[in-house]
Amino acid sequence: MVKIHFSRKQLCIPYGLFLALFVVIPMLLILFYAFTETVDGTIRFSFANFLNFFTSTAKLSTLLMSFTIAIISTAICLLIAYPLAYILARSKFKKKNVLLMLFIMPMWINFVLRITALRELLDLIGLLGTDNYLNTIIGMVYDFLPFMILPLYTTLEKLDNSYLEAAADLGGNKFTVFTRVTFPLSMPGVISGITMVFMPSMTNYVVSDTLGNFNITILGKLIDQYFTTYDNWHMGSMISIILLVIIFLTMLLTGRFKDENRDARGANLW
Amino acid sequence: MVKKILSITLCVLILVFIYAPILLLVVYSFTPSNVIGRWEGFSLALYGQLFRNTEIMQILFNTIWLALAAAALSTVLGTAGAIGIFYSRRKVAKPLQAASQIPVINAEIVTAISLALLFSAVLLYRTYFSLIIGHMVLCTPFVVLSVLPKLKQMDSNTYEAALDLGASPAQALFKVVVPQIFSGILSGFMLSITLSLDDYIVTAFTKPPMFDTISTYVYNAVKNGTNSSTPALRALSALIFVVMIAIILIINLRARKPAAKETSK
Amino acid sequence: MAELKKSEKIIEIVNVSKIFDETAAVEDVNLYVRKGEFITFLGPSGCGKTTTLRMIAGFDIPTSGKILLNGKDITNLPPNKRPVNTVFQRYALFPHFNIYDNIAFGLKLKKIPVTYVNDKGETYTKLQKLTRKEIDEKVKNALAVVDLEGFEKRSVSTLSGGQQQRVAIARAIVNEPEILLLDEPLGALDLKMRKEMQIELKEMHRKLGITFIYVTHDQEEALTMSDTIVVMKDGRIQQIGTPTEIYNEPANAFVADFIGDSNILNGTMVDKFTVRFCNHNFQCVDDFEKNEKVDVVVRPEDIEMTDKENGMLSGRVISVVFKGVHYEITAMVGRSEMVIQSTQSRAVGDIIGMNIAPDNIHIMKKEFTVNKYDGYISKKNTVIFGDGKFDCDVTQLYPGSHLDEEGYLITADGEKIDLTDVDVTVEVGLQSIEISDNADEGGAQGHIVSLIYKGDHYQYIVRTEENEEDYVFDSEDLWNENDFVSVKIKPENIRLQLKQEMKQNG
Repeated sequence: MVKIHFSRKQLCIPYGLFLALFVVIPMLLILFYAFTETVDGTIRFSFANFLNFFTSTAKLSTLLMSFTIAIISTAICLLIAYPLAYILARSKFKKKNVLLMLFIMPMWINFVLRITALRELLDLIGLLGTDNYLNTIIGMVYDFLPFMILPLYTTLEKLDNSYLEAAADLGGNKFTVFTRVTFPLSMPGVISGITMVFMPSMTNYVVSDTLGNFNITILGKLIDQYFTTYDNWHMGSMISIILLVIIFLTMLLTGRFKDENRDARGANLW
Repeated sequence: MVKKILSITLCVLILVFIYAPILLLVVYSFTPSNVIGRWEGFSLALYGQLFRNTEIMQILFNTIWLALAAAALSTVLGTAGAIGIFYSRRKVAKPLQAASQIPVINAEIVTAISLALLFSAVLLYRTYFSLIIGHMVLCTPFVVLSVLPKLKQMDSNTYEAALDLGASPAQALFKVVVPQIFSGILSGFMLSITLSLDDYIVTAFTKPPMFDTISTYVYNAVKNGTNSSTPALRALSALIFVVMIAIILIINLRARKPAAKETSK
Repeated sequence: MAELKKSEKIIEIVNVSKIFDETAAVEDVNLYVRKGEFITFLGPSGCGKTTTLRMIAGFDIPTSGKILLNGKDITNLPPNKRPVNTVFQRYALFPHFNIYDNIAFGLKLKKIPVTYVNDKGETYTKLQKLTRKEIDEKVKNALAVVDLEGFEKRSVSTLSGGQQQRVAIARAIVNEPEILLLDEPLGALDLKMRKEMQIELKEMHRKLGITFIYVTHDQEEALTMSDTIVVMKDGRIQQIGTPTEIYNEPANAFVADFIGDSNILNGTMVDKFTVRFCNHNFQCVDDFEKNEKVDVVVRPEDIEMTDKENGMLSGRVISVVFKGVHYEITAMVGRSEMVIQSTQSRAVGDIIGMNIAPDNIHIMKKEFTVNKYDGYISKKNTVIFGDGKFDCDVTQLYPGSHLDEEGYLITADGEKIDLTDVDVTVEVGLQSIEISDNADEGGAQGHIVSLIYKGDHYQYIVRTEENEEDYVFDSEDLWNENDFVSVKIKPENIRLQLKQEMKQNG
């Protein structure tokens, strides 16, 4: 009789297989498709997609525009969320958590419905269709604001008051205490907030479609179009690779690799 | 004083920004008008239409069924995975954790098309299988992320203590380890449900052609301009908003109470 | 100790080693545990005592060697199949169970054979779980043993550290194990609590009559409680003996230093049963070879203070500390410090005399007299050994030789030899090593892993990271354990010897 020794370590085998089959292999497929093309029904290796992307003004301008929208949206989110998170985290209110809940609740409600509701509101006040860029940015801010508030609140909440007292004690006025102590210490929150907002702002085309009246093409939409409209999966994959490179570069810039167990999506609030 | 007024004003303004669209939909779900902004008297007509609309009811059912199935499967797979990773050597655990982070960091559209490429290669593109797997890819890493910290907090000797007292490895796992990490498993499950309910992009790329969730249905309705001709959707949205807000408030307020009791002791 | 009958040995550990990621936690350990005794594994952290315990419990499997229980090989038996229960360092109580469920955990899993008689009068045995009543009874008794009657319904988090400790003990003994393993069970308690529990554990051991295997780093605890002590260091057993044996006849300077307070001095055997240290010849009871360098250990309470005229030694008092029952007086004898415990006090600056009875002078073989390494010559006058690179004088390999400008060795006979990559053995004396906290200054770098005070100097061991090479040396300067230092050796103090006859280079 073969005796199977049960071991706790073996519990990672199913998940390991799952990750290999449905995460790693699909990513390799993207890489494969990006550097091949289909000619007369046969697939062959090619740099054509790569060259095409960097010589096409339409695609490059989409990239640039996508970037601009994402940067502006992220900046606005940060400008709104930072003072709010600061006020919430520093308030002496006993049920701070309940207050926080009010502000981040939307992240648990279906975003398509919320964005559609915002579309109705913009329609009502006559903004819909007037400036699609502006509306897209409003939509991005509306959708992703909670993801900026939460990490900022978490770091500011944990901030030890004695640092601020020490800084004040050493002669810092309120402004210098903030710029020299509070803000630098809240950088981890700022960085994870930025990564949480920036990348979806470049790719979540449901927001840009719904609020930009289907007139705004961001990078995510471009990938979608190559897959569903133009039926050119090779080009779609190439754009995905470029997107991945951008994600990778932003992660390098923000050092997110170190911060592995970050509480994404507010897992701890459930 | 001035500071306080400014703070409160800011908070209120942001709350208005967040809740105005939701409130607007909820209010106008109680009037039979086709257009938002035109009040035609209080009525539950839209809700009547909603519940009689078999198509929308089917979609609602699809969405919930999908979320429950994906969340349950993800929770089992992710919990086992987290336990496995926690007890494995670094050489095994590190690459697994890195691979597990890919769907978390990645743009959803990239995850979606990567799955489309895979499933079209094995002729399972746009099937229930690809749909469930797609949602599991989204959810499972978050289950792992919520279970791992609980394992780290746990006194690692309790597992050995159970063995020492005569439990088999499986008994030790289910009687001692799982109960101690249960809060993490539960939050992983809840998070999975919300992630699945929230998803549009992966669903759009993996769902069978005639299958719709609320997300894909509403997006397509907006795209085709049919959303204003089905005002019942307004009632659906309003209902989901209210139900979700209620659920979240109840869970969170309840979850905090025992914790508060513990500290006051 | 006399060889015991097989039946008296409950546990036998035979040539056991355990290697974790290429470092040996336990190396070639051999010992046995007698049925019913209270045995303690004693040693500093990282000495392998907990690993040994965990191998007896079954949590770790030895890399090599055997563990026998009542003569049966249990080396690979999983922990749930062993008649052994453990009290963990941090108790490891199940936080999701109340006290009753914690203690009943093992009982609920247990199946015992029950014999029945069927209609035809045949008897048969069935494995059966304990009844609820039996479990209740046993839990109640166990709680009584640890003085926690009526605690059944309490939750773990409401108990103090001491109470949790008692629950952990109750949870283990309720299963009536043959052996109770205790892994530093009192480590997390405060001093007063610890003293109380020591007495209670001893009492429990007497009442239960089972074997206790106890792990601690606290020598006082070990001396108070044990029948037998196993002193361990760096994964190896240093000494096994009764508390009295260990205290009075330490096997080496490490044991002497680790158990109790002691004065450890450098001495030389000058005659049969005569040792010289602190410029005085003492009668002693140990016999070593004449002129052998030895370590001399004298317990502080074994030094008798007298007037300066009547003492074998005399010294000047440099500090006096009141310790409750006695005074701890430190006196300078020549260049050596001597610590004395006495009920009498002296003033700082007093000149005192000291006498030591022959049987209070413990003499042990010097563990380290010289550092030996395998090395090789890298280029002219440089030798590589012990994870480091040092300047040396290669001409000592060939008497009368010298180096030419190109770095070749010219022997006395005029032969030209290329020494590059030649294997050599290297010897460095304990007095020839200096250390510095400037990492670039020396030829090798490492952490101080051990220091032992030897009256007028410290003996240090610096261990390198790469291959864990040790540099042992004496120094009067005080460094701290774990300091990262570099090792300096003067070229003239590096003694080289060829490993084999060189091939000549034409």
